[in-house]
Amino acid sequence: MSNDPASSRTAGRRPGVPDMLAGGTFVVLGLAFALGGRTYGIGSTQAMGPGFVPFVLGVILTVLGAVITVQGFRGGNPHDREAAAERGPVPWVRGGMLVGGIVFFGATIEELGLAPTLFVTTFVAALACRGVSPLKALGISVGLTVLCLGIFVGLLQLRLPLLGDWLGG
Amino acid sequence: MDLSGLALGLETALQPSNILICLLGVTLGTMVGVLPGIGPTATVALLLPITFNFDPIASLIMLAGIYYGAQYGGSTTAILINLPGESSAAVTALDGYQMARQGRAGPALATAALGSFFAGTVATAVVALFAPPMASVALKFGPADYFSLVVLGLVISIALASGSTAKALAMIVLGLLLGTVGQDLFSTGVPRFTLGIRELYQGLDFVSIAVGLFGLAEIIRNLERRQTHSVIPTKVQGLWLSRDDFRRIRMPVLRGTAIGSALGVLPGGGHILAAFTSYSVEKRVSKHPEKFGRGAIEGVASPESANNAAAQTSFIPLLTLGLPAHPVMALLVGAFIIQGITPGPNVINDEPELFWGLIASFWVGNLLLVLLNLPLIGLWVRLISVPSEVLFPAIIAFATIGCFSLGLNPWDVYVVAIIGVLGYLLVRWGCEAVPLLFGFVLAPLLEENLRRALIISRGDLSVFVTRPISAVLLSLAVVGLVIAILPAVRRKRDAVFSEDE
Repeated sequence: MSNDPASSRTAGRRPGVPDMLAGGTFVVLGLAFALGGRTYGIGSTQAMGPGFVPFVLGVILTVLGAVITVQGFRGGNPHDREAAAERGPVPWVRGGMLVGGIVFFGATIEELGLAPTLFVTTFVAALACRGVSPLKALGISVGLTVLCLGIFVGLLQLRLPLLGDWLGG
Repeated sequence: MDLSGLALGLETALQPSNILICLLGVTLGTMVGVLPGIGPTATVALLLPITFNFDPIASLIMLAGIYYGAQYGGSTTAILINLPGESSAAVTALDGYQMARQGRAGPALATAALGSFFAGTVATAVVALFAPPMASVALKFGPADYFSLVVLGLVISIALASGSTAKALAMIVLGLLLGTVGQDLFSTGVPRFTLGIRELYQGLDFVSIAVGLFGLAEIIRNLERRQTHSVIPTKVQGLWLSRDDFRRIRMPVLRGTAIGSALGVLPGGGHILAAFTSYSVEKRVSKHPEKFGRGAIEGVASPESANNAAAQTSFIPLLTLGLPAHPVMALLVGAFIIQGITPGPNVINDEPELFWGLIASFWVGNLLLVLLNLPLIGLWVRLISVPSEVLFPAIIAFATIGCFSLGLNPWDVYVVAIIGVLGYLLVRWGCEAVPLLFGFVLAPLLEENLRRALIISRGDLSVFVTRPISAVLLSLAVVGLVIAILPAVRRKRDAVFSEDE
């Protein structure tokens, strides 16, 4: 269901790939924060602008990311390599389903209300687990929805509408 | 020792309603904490939102209960199925799991609970003894000193992280950067990195960050496994310790308590260091070091006591300096702020009832744990076998509802997804999540004090080295960093960390 198992094995054997990926991520994020920070005004040490701290930190993160990337090209941390080799491939589809369920919750909670939104989110999340049939997922999500409504709306009385505008709640 | 303060605290914590709330917290914390793979930090993060409905004292007391319950739940999984929830419990798993395999799970669990209770009691006294004078010292701290203190705290958390120093540093800096998202409240109110989204003006919520890092990322990591191997925990019978057991754990508990109380004050992860140090001390002083790792009860008693004492004394930096010394304390900072209280040296004077009530309730939480939760262990053990296809959706449901209910803001939910994916990938690539959380929580403190210090000094950067307190703290930070980078020390430290794997 997720990507080819062979690729993860080679990724584990190829030295330093995790370091390169981590380093690259840090460089990209560091540059984004540094460049973004610059637009808010850096100011001087005497009168710092809102962009000063993000700019400096962004530069530091970029440098650290570069160092980590270089370490990756040199073979990387042996400990990380072993750890990566032991792990299965990235569960893109299953992980994506979880993330999708969470984003769905955020996007529709105000319009659909808690009960239907939570049902969909837990259904997708249950389906993302290994060896779960749609019927079983249905049972799990109904049970969890009822339980959560009981806890959060019944016991804790959070101000969350059970049914949203779209459903006339 | 401030006895009147402690008395006030006990009076607050022992009010029937507060005992009930603490009990509820302990029960919930244990319930979630024994679920496999969920450590105390994740438990507290997941259950945080449900405490916000109460008044400040009740909410913090409940959190204290949740924390103790979660801690105990974490030790339970470490002992019964060799699955420590976080790194400080990894030491407990060494001998605890071996004891469980030899049919001595009961005594191991009882030792963990009793050792924790004793350590918690002593450490409560330590907090009462040292927190008030520390707070009055802290009031003398200027912005430059605070800045250096935060830097020191962050450096210590790197020194204790396993794996690459550069990666740990990068995670801290990334956390600090995420902490700058939102309006710049210090000067102009300019929205930073909000991408034009109004909902992000208040910044990213720390609960979303914590839930993403320790909830979602952890679940995705679990989905990597091809088969979900079902864990059948060992049966627990005979909780009571024999006279011989008592004799054997007496000294280890005392030593663990002393080590934990001292190291817990270190900002940035003293509890991990405390657990590891106390274990290796026990191994060294023991007449039978070869028994360690094969089910020595001393190897459970000492790190569990140290861990718990450290958790308690890590309140000293939190309540006197506003500096979290433990991932859970980092979450508590957020809880304080949501309740409208800024943790720091003023809490003890402005909110004495809260300050002492909280300290006392940690002790009460510990007591409730021994009195009620230990006998209920059979019930908790069943939770360990909750299948992942029920567990994971339940965590997702709690995480989303909890984060959304904080501010009825959908972006708090989206942030869980974004940070969860980012955290999962970075951890997969050999980074650690805890430094990022520390960086995120400490970002406002760091920036505010940096900017304030430089305004006072008129832009002169030398203020950080000319003020004596700041100079000392910064040089300690430099020493810490050098130690973390030195290859010889690293190798030794790796050896210590790999010992538990």
